[in-house]
Formats: sequence, C-alpha cells, structure tokens
Amino acid sequence: MPLTPVITEHWDDPELFTLAGYRRHGGYSALSSALGQEPDAIIATVKDSGLRGRGGAGFPTGLKWSFVPQNDGKAHYLVVNADESEPGACKDIPIMIANPHALVEGVIITSYAIRANHAFIYIRGEVPEAIRRVAHAVREAREAGLIGRDIQGSGFDLEIVVHSGAGAYICGEETALLDSLEGFRGQPRLKPPFPAVAGLYSSPTVINNVETICNIPYIVGRGVDWFRQFGTEKSPGFKVFAVSGHVNRPGIYEAPLGITMRELLEYAGGMIDGRDVKFWLPGGSSVPMLTAEHLDVPMTYEAMAEAGTMLGTGTPMIFNDTVSVVKAVTRWLEFYKHESCGKCTPCREGTYFITETLERFEHGHGTDREMETLADLCGQIAGRSFCALGDAAATPYPAAMKYFRDEFVAATTTPVDEQYDPAASYVFTGAAAR
Amino acid sequence: MTVTSNSGPGSDVEMATDQISVVIDGVEMRVPKGTLVIRAAEQLGIEVPRFCDHPLLDPVAACRACLIEVEGMPKPQPACAQVLSEGMTVKTQYASEVARLAQEGVMEFLLLNHPLDCPVCDKGGECPLQNQAMSVGRPESRFDGEKREFEKPVNVSAQILLDRERCVSCARCTRFAEQIAGDPSLELLQRGAKQMVGTADDSPFESYYSGNTVQICPVGALTSASYRFRSRPFDLVSVPTTCEHCASGCSLRTDYRRGVVTRRLAWDDPDVNEEWNCDKGRFAFAYQTHGRIESPLVRENGQLRVASWPEAISVAAQGLRAARGSAGVLVGGRLTVEDAYAYARFTRTVLASDDIDFRVRETSAEETQFLSAVVAGSPVSATYDALESAPFVLLIALDPEDESPILQLRLRKAARRGTDVRSVGAVASPGLAKVNGSLIAAKPGDEASVLRGLSGDVRALLATPGSVILVGERAAGSAGALSAAAELSRATGASLAWVPRRAGERGALDAGALSGLLPGGRPIEDPAARVQVAAAWGVTPSDLPATSGRSGVELLQAAQDGTLRALLVAGVEPGDFPDAELALAALDAAPFVVSLESHHSAVTERADVVLPVAVVTEKAGTFLNWEGRPRPFAQVFRDALTMGDARVLAMIAEELGFTQQADVRAIRAEMGALGPWTGARLEAPAVPAGRVPDGVVLASWRQLLDSGLMQDGEPHLAATARPTVAVMSAQAAAAVGDTVTVSGPAGSVTLPVEPGEVIDGVVWLPMNSPGCHIHADLGVVPGSAVRLSAGGAS
Repeated sequence: MPLTPVITEHWDDPELFTLAGYRRHGGYSALSSALGQEPDAIIATVKDSGLRGRGGAGFPTGLKWSFVPQNDGKAHYLVVNADESEPGACKDIPIMIANPHALVEGVIITSYAIRANHAFIYIRGEVPEAIRRVAHAVREAREAGLIGRDIQGSGFDLEIVVHSGAGAYICGEETALLDSLEGFRGQPRLKPPFPAVAGLYSSPTVINNVETICNIPYIVGRGVDWFRQFGTEKSPGFKVFAVSGHVNRPGIYEAPLGITMRELLEYAGGMIDGRDVKFWLPGGSSVPMLTAEHLDVPMTYEAMAEAGTMLGTGTPMIFNDTVSVVKAVTRWLEFYKHESCGKCTPCREGTYFITETLERFEHGHGTDREMETLADLCGQIAGRSFCALGDAAATPYPAAMKYFRDEFVAATTTPVDEQYDPAASYVFTGAAAR
Repeated sequence: MTVTSNSGPGSDVEMATDQISVVIDGVEMRVPKGTLVIRAAEQLGIEVPRFCDHPLLDPVAACRACLIEVEGMPKPQPACAQVLSEGMTVKTQYASEVARLAQEGVMEFLLLNHPLDCPVCDKGGECPLQNQAMSVGRPESRFDGEKREFEKPVNVSAQILLDRERCVSCARCTRFAEQIAGDPSLELLQRGAKQMVGTADDSPFESYYSGNTVQICPVGALTSASYRFRSRPFDLVSVPTTCEHCASGCSLRTDYRRGVVTRRLAWDDPDVNEEWNCDKGRFAFAYQTHGRIESPLVRENGQLRVASWPEAISVAAQGLRAARGSAGVLVGGRLTVEDAYAYARFTRTVLASDDIDFRVRETSAEETQFLSAVVAGSPVSATYDALESAPFVLLIALDPEDESPILQLRLRKAARRGTDVRSVGAVASPGLAKVNGSLIAAKPGDEASVLRGLSGDVRALLATPGSVILVGERAAGSAGALSAAAELSRATGASLAWVPRRAGERGALDAGALSGLLPGGRPIEDPAARVQVAAAWGVTPSDLPATSGRSGVELLQAAQDGTLRALLVAGVEPGDFPDAELALAALDAAPFVVSLESHHSAVTERADVVLPVAVVTEKAGTFLNWEGRPRPFAQVFRDALTMGDARVLAMIAEELGFTQQADVRAIRAEMGALGPWTGARLEAPAVPAGRVPDGVVLASWRQLLDSGLMQDGEPHLAATARPTVAVMSAQAAAAVGDTVTVSGPAGSVTLPVEPGEVIDGVVWLPMNSPGCHIHADLGVVPGSAVRLSAGGAS
C-alpha cells in the first residue's frame, strides 16, 4: 500500500511552518470555502467523512461535534488536546513543529462549525519547540486577519489561546485537561455532565486531538469522496503513523488506514540487523501488545480490536528479541505509577502495588502466586478506575502474560538482566557507536 | 441520614413527586427521580461501603469503594454517583459477584498504604475503614512491600492535625472546606500514591468549621489537638445535647468518660445544623470544669466564706424579702428556657416586681417594644429550610459567620443554589463573600435611613414570595433600625426573624424574663394576660405587677443611685454591658446582691450571697434557637450534685413561703399549659433614624472566637481565632500605614491595619477580642465616633 502524505506532504519545505510557506502549498484555501458554508454543513461534511478521533479512542469526530447543543445562546469552546504524552507516541508534536498552520486552519474551521468564539490549544509543556511554532503560527494568522474579529468578512470572531501544560500525563485526559486549563489541579471530572454539555467553564466544549483537527482543512477543502478513497468503511482516511523502536528508519509515515505493520516496517527500513520482531504495540503503551504473527493485521480501528488490541494513537513501537518483556512491562507500570493523578483508589494504589511486585520479578524474585496476584490486581483496576489512565495501567501485564508467560516464570528464578543483556537492545549512534 | 435536604443531584424536594421504579438486589422500589443508587440502597437497609460519599457533599466517585453492578452497563458503577433511572436494575455486593469482587479489590488497595496503627489511632473503634475492611475486605493482605511513610503529624491549623499516611484521599475534608464552609485552603497536593491533604505553606486551614473535617474523615488522618490520644471511642458514653454557645441551636453529641467530657460532635439534625457545627460549639467546653464555684458563699465581715446550702438560702431569702418590691433581676442571655421562666416567675411573685432583663449588651426601649410586638411568643416563621429556598435574604446588623455560624452555613448552601443575599452594613466581611452576598452600604447607626430609602429593586426582591429579613441583636444599638425592619417586613410581606447571638436570649424572651412581658409573649399591662398567668402560678391577678418594670440598664442606674435595694444576678459578665463601669458600680452600690453563678466572676466578688449552679452538662433544659425552635437537651451527668437555677430559686421561694416548680419537666408542663399569647400585641415601634456622628464611625461585632469566657481553657481553639486587626478601606488603610491607633473616650488601642471592603468613614474593630475590648478599652459602641491616628502615635 503506497504512502499518502497529506498533512506531511510538504514537510521537506523548511518554510512550511510559516504562513507564506503554508499558503504556497494551498494553505487556508479550505478556510475560505468553509466560511462560505453554513456551520451545520461543515459538521455534516465531517460526519459524512467518517473521520475518527486520532487521539486514541477513535470516536467519530462529526458525531462529537453534533453533541454540542447549537443555538443555545451559550459560549462554546474548542479545546485542542496537544498534550501528547503517551509513551511511544510522537506524531502531534512533529505535526505542530512542521505544519502548525494546518492545525490553526483546522481550529478556525472547527470553531466556526461548532460556533465557538474561543479556542484553546493545550500543548505539552516539555516541548517548547512545538509551543513556539504554534504560537508563532497563531500570531501570523492573527496578523493576517485569519483570527480575530469578523474573519475575512464572514462576521465570525475567533480568538485562539495557546496554553502550555506543566508536565502531567493525566492532563491528556480530556476532563483533566479542562481542569488544568481552568487553573485547577489536573484531575479527571465526574461525568456526566460530558464536555459537550458542560466542559470548559461549564460551557459546551469540543475537545479534539491535534491530528484530528489537522484533517479538517483537507476534508473540507478536498471533499468527503476524496477522503473516503483512503482507508476502510469503518476507518476512512489516512493516518500519521509514527514508527519507533528497533527499526532502521524510525519516523513519520503517513499512510491510509488499513496498511499493515509489515508494510510500515518495510517503509521504516526493516528491523535493525535483521533481527526478529518480538512484540509490538500499535498505538502507545496503553494498548495491548501484539507479536510477529500479527504483522499482517490491517492498521484499522476495527481490525486491531478484533486482534485484541487497539489502534490507539497509531504510533507503533517495535521491539526485537533482545528485549525482556518483563522489563518493558515494569518500565511502563513505573510510568503509570508516576503519572497516576491519585484521585481514585484503584489507579493510585493499584499501580503502586503492581509496580512493587513487577520490580521483584525484574530482579528474579517473583513467585507463581504473585503472577496470579498481578492478574487479579489488573482485574481490580480495569473498568474500576475513574478514568482511562487506570485502564491503561492494567493493560500491559495481561497482554504480556498472554504471549510471554514463560518470561515471567523465568523471572521467578533469574533476574531479567541476566537473561537479556541490556546493552544488546540499545541502539548506539555517533561517537557512542564507535 | 439527611436525604431531603441533600445537595446531591436529584434529592431536591420539588423532584420528590416524580417517582420512578427501580430494582435493587431483586427488591422493587419506587424512589424520587434522580435518586442516587447509594441513597436508595440505604432505604432498603443495604449498606454499600463508602469513603468519599457524604450525603451533604457533591459526589466525587473517587474512592471506588461503592462499586455496584448495573444491568446493561459493562463496567461496575459507583453507587455514590450513579443516578437511578426508570426501570434500572442494580445489584450490590449481596447480589453480584462482580460488585463484591470490585469492592474487595478497592478495599485491598485502600489498605496497602494504610498503617496498622489502629490500636493507637483516635478513630479505632469508630472507623469506617476498619469496619468496612472487616465487612467487605480480604481476610489477609497480599501486599508485603514498603508502605508509604510521612512525617507525622502535620498541623494544618493550631487545632487540626493531619497524619498523612492514614489518609485514603477521599477528599471529604477538602470538599467540606470548599463546598460547605467556603474556606478552600485545605487541598489535595502532589499526585499518585504521594498524594496528600495539605495547605499552602503560608496559609493554614483557617475555618470556623474546621472540626467537622475531623468528624467526617473516614479514617484517623485528621484529628483535633484537643482530643488526640485522649480516649477510645468504646470507653465513651454519648448523650445527645444542644449547643449552649449561640442561637443557631445545633444538635450535639457529648461524649464523656469517668465524669469528664472528652469531646463534642455535631449531631445529625436535618432541620437545623444538618451534620455540622462550628469549632466553638465543638471545642469550647473546657470552661465547664475550670474555675467552678464549689459551694455556696456568704459575705461576712466583708469577706465571702463558705456556707452550707440551708444557711446560704436563708441569707439570700432574708435579704430579698427585705428588698421585696425594690429588687431587680439581671439574667444573662445564656439561661435555658426553664431557668429563665423560673426567674420570670420568681421576679413577679416572690419579688413582686417587673424589674427583670436578660439583655447584657446594648439595648433600647425600641428593642423592648420590637421584641414584645414582633418576636416574643410568636410562632416559628422563618426557618433554616425557608432560607434554603428563599429567593432573597436581607441581613441587617448581622454577620452570620461570626454571630450565628450555622445560619451562615445554611445561607451559603442557599447562595450556592442561587439565593441572593444582601447585607445592610458597613463591612463586606469574609462571611458575606462566602454567601456571594453584596453590601448595601450603611454606616453603623444609619441602618434605619438606609432601610427606609431602599431602592425599588430591593423592595421588589423582598416582595418575592419566600424572601426573608434577618435582623441581628446589634440593631438594638441603631436607632430606628428595628422599626424600619418591621416596617419593611409589613410592607413587602417578607418574613422577619430576629437573630440574637446568645443561646438563651430567645428563650428568656419567650419565658418572660424581660420587663413588660410575662411568659409566652403576654404583655404584663394586659389584664387578660395577667389573669392567665396568675391562674397558672396559683396567685391572684392583683398580686402581679400591672405596669412594666425597668430595663437592665435602668436597673443598674437605680442600683448605682441607691434607689434599688437588691440585685439578683445570674449568668452576667459585667464587661458585656456597654457601660461596664456602671455595671460594676451598681453591683458595689446595691445594698444586697445575690449571685447564682457557675464560675467565679466580677459579680460573685461583689455578691453578698453566691449560690453555685449547674452548667449545661449538669442539668436538663431547652434553648430556643433564633427560629424559635425548641432545642431540648438531657442531663449529661445524671449524678451531678450541682443544682440548676430553677431548683435554687424554688428553694429561696419556699423559704419565703412561695411555691414554684423546681423540676424541668414540671416547668415544661406549666409553660406548655400556659401556651403562647394569642391576644392583642403591642404595636411595632416607629422610631425615627438617629443621627450618625461626624468623622470616623466605629463598626464592630463579636468575633466567633474571641475573649468570651466560655472559650476559656482551650488554647488550641484560641489559636485558631482570627487575628485582632482594624479593618478599613484600602484608601484609609494606605493613609494610616501598617498600624493604627483608634481612640475613644475611655482610651485607645493600637492594632495592625487590614484593608478590606469597608465603607468610607468607618473603621471596624472586633468587639471583644484579645487586645481590643471596645467597651472597656475605648468606651464606645458600634456607631460611636472614634479618632484614628497612624501607627503608635497618639
């Protein structure tokens, strides 16, 4: 399946991040077209396109927009979730650095469609490059009259606020993001009410991922039919796949949904030193791992679900056979423990308990009974925690046990570093390689 | 369980008519639409475990202890946040293995990092974590890793201590602070397993209601300095009581061990205090045991000496007999209804006088008339519940947070639902901000003019059905204010309630402990009223005084100038009179003074006979709260030997050949039979506004925690009092600098300046706080002119 660069099409143009560069490649033409339409027509277009959210859950974007009560006389808000923090996910940040105007144009069109006069872009605080580029793009757009009052004579007003997060994974959870944006501690909110009804400042709010929003100008500009020629019925369109791990050319590959991991691997130059794929995750650490036998499963929302995992953020991490599964799972759980917000008991205490136990396995001190306990603990978190962070923390261990039980058994007697030389899985470049 | 006034979704009374059918554990039931699963289960007697859930706090669904199964939902749902809908089928831990395991899992997690220090924890024995770990937890822990540790304890305030390792992050305390008290300085800090409750470094948890967090903490994480390590709950005997500190009328639970009160808790009364009380009510009880008078005293050769009861009673009786017809009675505002009634009867029969007053504060003839016309013996009209649904509440000379703290909480609850609160006064206090209130500017003394000149908008709001006017006792010091309040109520239809500060004032009024008024609000000058009372008291109507007697201040003046032959004084602190020197001079000048008192005081020092009487734990009684609602309470220490005032008065009466009831139940029966007055009442007063002095005028009230004698012996509580400061507008503050000297006729005080929302030309001082007692130090009252000078300069 060929690659289909759309959002990434002109990334080789070093000026793309500027307004002039973006315009050179047809940027902001979709905006003019959008402002000539009724907002509801744009919502209908996005609905018809079948675009699904690119942040991980894959919720139909047009449907989400349509939940916002229209003509209710209340302020509406658009919030862009640019707090990309998922381990293994690195797609929104490159998009914001290379093509920030696609995001800005998408924000303007989306705000127009949902009748929001204020939009907020909540960017992960650890990436000043992305914050600078987006802030710069917003500034340029404002100076060019693309943001502000009466945009291009349409009567539509919009202000965009670029907000920097302060480094909490939980703030990628949409309601925690809203609390953080409002100046509170980032912790998820009790739902209902859902953000579409009472979100930011208790007003109807749409929260979309960066990549989702970047799709909007292209869908509006080129049409539903064009968009639907890519992908499948249930997963239409293209996706920015960010491939990482033990591959020769890790990076961004934009391809239609439905491409397989084997094809992506080829684009990424194959495995380093030709070693075998041991396990891989289609979209961040929060989705269950797959193995080499799943390399031909199409990368769509539905096929991934059928294979027992999720497309997630669509940022595959590939691990070769030098990597200990026990160690990988332990590192992920340490991450979730560190990032648990503390609001609910299962996630706060469960990640603490699991991590303490996994660390024993890592040092060869696990027991058979503890393998059962770990399974129990994951069951006590999954579906019992307040938000999806807990569910995510309960994901790695059961999936690892499904395919690599033997490694946990081995870790009841032998430290994993004795089974797997840590140095073997490192990729050294430059001076270190020599 | 406080269900009807629950602030949670769907428990509103108006929704109660909309019933739905649901099934819980196979039992079909009908509940009001919007009911939470956990509340409905309670009605079936099914106790779903919970930590974060509290019926008076917004649901947060954080602890996950209450997970239950809802048919058709893939995951277990928190019963504390799951709203029932028509036809919903719910299975709790008793009917669902999924729910049982989910709850067991959460309990295992909660215990991971919880220390096993139950044997030394205050909560042990009454601990929801302990109890629910037993009922739904695993028999044994599977966790043998390192538990989280913290330095312990942390003082979140002088009174409240936090042991962070015990905390289960239920957020009850932080939600109480934010939602109920409006003092959001307690917060959850950090994240994950390191999450803890705490405060910002420079802002302790300052709240008049902080003790409630200890009570609702479902583990032993929050404890109070006054109770920590003092006793085990299973060693305590608990008695339901009523708080004696103010006219809010809180239900309390008093716990004692071996004859000593160890703690007091807010008791559950949905109509009054819900499940809360203030820190004064909770912690200020050490006075009950400190400095008590232990035996009767009689003055001999100028010295008080210990006497036997028969001797003391005899001396008191002889002295009072000699003064019959020329004896005055001063009873403070802290008596029970029954005791006040005993004084009312004693004065009119034994002393053949109408010279009695319960008001130890600023008063006026206008107030006397207002109380007779509008308040005494009148049925309950404005209530806590009425406030909650009131569209508009107008406060006059009243700062509820300092002067009636539970009224403040109910007003805040109302305000959070949209009640519009305005305060006629000179200071937008912190309490007013917490009820989203706004100020209708009135200099102290100028309330009447402002009320009579209220805009049409405000009058229209008052005319909205359900609106309430609350007027504080300080209005007595502002000429015309009570008249104007009554006029406003009559003109707009808004209900009017008088909110005194002391617990016994309303009861004393209704019991007839005020000149001109017999029990039940009967005007003494009304012959029919005298006939009714004479019949109840077994005397002939002609034996009762037919004309109104003197007010407290008039009695003091009469005593000072030698025209009064005796004073009978009970529960009076002379310093509480605006003219404290007059009070002391009167006591010195009176030929004969009988003091019924629990503690040694400036009165007992000057008395000829001192008769020790019971404090609230040693007697039964009733307080009438500001609503006029009776708040009866039982005797805590049943074997207490100290007698109540009524019994001591009955002994004196008997010595003099009179009979009156000594027993609380008999007095209640007598009062009940007499009932309230249904005849003609006095006209409400129509006093014109006074003149506000030129220059800077003083605004002042008593802070909740101050130099009040009933707060003695509780240093941790005292340390949570607000600092003594002078509050003035930012502009005035800038002009005087960091400190200001405020001077009056009697002297001056120098205090730190705090800028606040105070109207121009007004300075606010606490009335009776350490370092600032306006009566004694300055010789002023609210509305007096004072002089300001910068810093320490005079």
